[in-house]
Amino acid sequence: MGSYLLRRLAHGVLILIGVNLLTFLLFFTVNTPDDMARLNIGGKRVTQEQIDKWKAERGYDKPLYWNAEASGTAKATRTVLWERSVSLLLLDFGRSDSARSTDIGHEVSTRMGVSLQLALPLFLLQLVVSIAFSLMLVFFRHSRIDFWGVVLCVLMLSISSLFYIIVGQFLFSRWLRLVPMSGYESGLDAVRFLALPIVLSLLSRLGSESRLYRAMFLEEVGKDYVRTARAKGLSEQVVLLRHVLRNALIPIITSAGSYLPYVFLGSLVFESFFGIPGLGAFVIEAIGGQDFAIVRTMVFLGSALYIASNVLIDVAYTWVDPRVRLA
Amino acid sequence: MGFTFVLLWTDAALWAMLLALAGYGYRVGRQEHLRATWAKVLRDPAASCAGLVLLLFLAVAALDSVHYRLALPASPGQAAGQVFYDSRTLSLLDGVLARQLAMRETSYSEPLAYLGMFKENLFRDGEMVRDFPRLLHGAAHLTDPRTQWQADLLQRSAAGLGTGLALAAAIAALAAWALRRQHGGALRAWRDILANRTHHPVRAWLITTVIACALGGVLVSLMGVYHAFGTDRTGNDVLVKTLKSIRTAFVIGMLSTLATLPIAVSLGILAGYFKGWVDEAVQYLYTILSSVPNVLLIAACVLMVQVALDKHPDWFETGAERADVKVFLLCLILGVTGWATLCRLVRAETLKLRELEFVQAATAFGVSAPRIMARHILPNVMHLVLITTVLGFSDLILYEAVLTYVGVGVDPSMSSFGGMINLARAEMSRDPLVWWSFAAAFAFMVALVLAANLFADGVRDAFDPRARALRPRRGLRRPL
Repeated sequence: MGSYLLRRLAHGVLILIGVNLLTFLLFFTVNTPDDMARLNIGGKRVTQEQIDKWKAERGYDKPLYWNAEASGTAKATRTVLWERSVSLLLLDFGRSDSARSTDIGHEVSTRMGVSLQLALPLFLLQLVVSIAFSLMLVFFRHSRIDFWGVVLCVLMLSISSLFYIIVGQFLFSRWLRLVPMSGYESGLDAVRFLALPIVLSLLSRLGSESRLYRAMFLEEVGKDYVRTARAKGLSEQVVLLRHVLRNALIPIITSAGSYLPYVFLGSLVFESFFGIPGLGAFVIEAIGGQDFAIVRTMVFLGSALYIASNVLIDVAYTWVDPRVRLA
Repeated sequence: MGFTFVLLWTDAALWAMLLALAGYGYRVGRQEHLRATWAKVLRDPAASCAGLVLLLFLAVAALDSVHYRLALPASPGQAAGQVFYDSRTLSLLDGVLARQLAMRETSYSEPLAYLGMFKENLFRDGEMVRDFPRLLHGAAHLTDPRTQWQADLLQRSAAGLGTGLALAAAIAALAAWALRRQHGGALRAWRDILANRTHHPVRAWLITTVIACALGGVLVSLMGVYHAFGTDRTGNDVLVKTLKSIRTAFVIGMLSTLATLPIAVSLGILAGYFKGWVDEAVQYLYTILSSVPNVLLIAACVLMVQVALDKHPDWFETGAERADVKVFLLCLILGVTGWATLCRLVRAETLKLRELEFVQAATAFGVSAPRIMARHILPNVMHLVLITTVLGFSDLILYEAVLTYVGVGVDPSMSSFGGMINLARAEMSRDPLVWWSFAAAFAFMVALVLAANLFADGVRDAFDPRARALRPRRGLRRPL
């Protein structure tokens, strides 16, 4: 287990370096630091001095990839790429490129808390509701309930999440006036603001999740051990809950685990629609303002979380299935 | 009047895609096993009806993909033989909908309305009154709309419905006539169709046709004089906007998957066939790609393209070309960032295939590696390509809406479902409520995505026998 985790860690660092390189190349093949400076300072007439000052303040005044003027190893290290990458790998996110130049690390840690408040209950509820719904369909398999349940699932997954949000906001906030339209408050008040996004997000994903889980359960139901369990006289409920559910956990963990990074990163659409100041809304603002420092940090964070959740999924396999050994 | 054809990038790509589809159709006709599998899709009522609906949408998209620019009337100082063209690029669909495009109001109006939505100062009998103005074009043929409106609406809908149903009846008769041989007479064939005793689900097809014809008939008969779906903020007909959005959806849905294919298939086969360090490198590449949150990667690429286009405004002659190139690049970006899943599947399949006897035999005969990959492995992974393409289509249409909302999607000057939803967000919080563009976008988008999903399910069931066991079956009793 220990050596396995170490190996995964080394692999993860390699991938993070690759991701970092990729974002860098993407950004600077077309954009030069001068363009970024011009965009972020704003205004029509931007003098070269202003640009140079902006670049010096943010450390963009060195060559991008290769410093020909320096000597020895400094040729590679006195560059924007090297300095930025090393600081990022050491989890020092620096300041944003925009005029306000906020501390990204601080911003990320406060906003991640908000995102978690929305995404963690959602993640757990999603798992419970989707499994319950799909188990019900499997219990009534080959009947009308199953047929129409699957029809409902297909219909639900054909509707864009934006429609759920707009209709939900209209129904519950504007018409019934049950919850506020958008906004956020910390503490217990947050429940009022988070209830609607959680319910709508749950609905928008219920169709595809349930259909997927139903397929996984049906695959298990056809196996021999299920027939044995029935043959020894167990009731259908016990067969489903104790045998089928437990054996289907591995594929369920795999698919649910792929959502784990987004539990921390938050949802772009839901957060910005409901005015929740989480990481998703942060990203949208950064994209709108072309803030490279923030986008790069979020890309880095996203892939780090992806790698971590993959390791977590593997560890979870060993809990649900004693036959799985990590080596 | 003269005109010049304009071949936009996405047009070229879309027509190339359609040609490729036709080529595939020819191949299916020639090969027994492919024909058998597609026959399964045809026999599946849900999938084949969904395919019919998709064809209707595709026809609109294809009509909207032939672009031209009209010649301007000669001006006095112009040399003979010299022709200047209008800066607006039109499509055949614009030509068909010329009347609707010209029916431009000043602002919002409700579906089928004859009055505007906002009160204005009007002169009536020499007096200034504040009232809702008559629309410039919507129901302009009525002299006294208060009394005539309802009757006119009913009459026109009934006429449209009648024409639509007559067309559907003609198609049904044609179907019965076509089946007369197998069923012993056209009348017997018709009875068999009604009782659903035909080899293909003809009854389901005809029901789809009837619904489509009825809806289409009513719409066509109303849209000549009314704004069937109302007008938007700038007074443009919402129906036209919705129809034009279909092409954008198709472009995104089809071209993006097309763009993933070369990278995904070639890298997947290379990795699976050669194993070793090639495999390691390819796996490293796609792990990097799939570890980055997709939206962020796409956003970064789109921003990059945006900057490049802003720097060179001289690259394009017209705004339409510019918007078009942006969509084209968006598809490329979606393709370049989204190949990891398919690549993984192709690699796994190739790993399996290369150990099979026929590949081993080819190797033993001394067939070169490139030839083995092209002749023996590629055709055997094509079913994966097909399944991912049709499954990805609906996802991409939904994804476009999200991307446009985030601000990295389709250019606002080009109508798309995402853009319509984006505007609808503000409209739904207005008072009085403006619901029609939202409803129109919703109806068309759900119809398109639902059809795509059902069709994709049918294709997957036919090509992947393992998936077929998971279909819900209706009416069968649960085995105890």
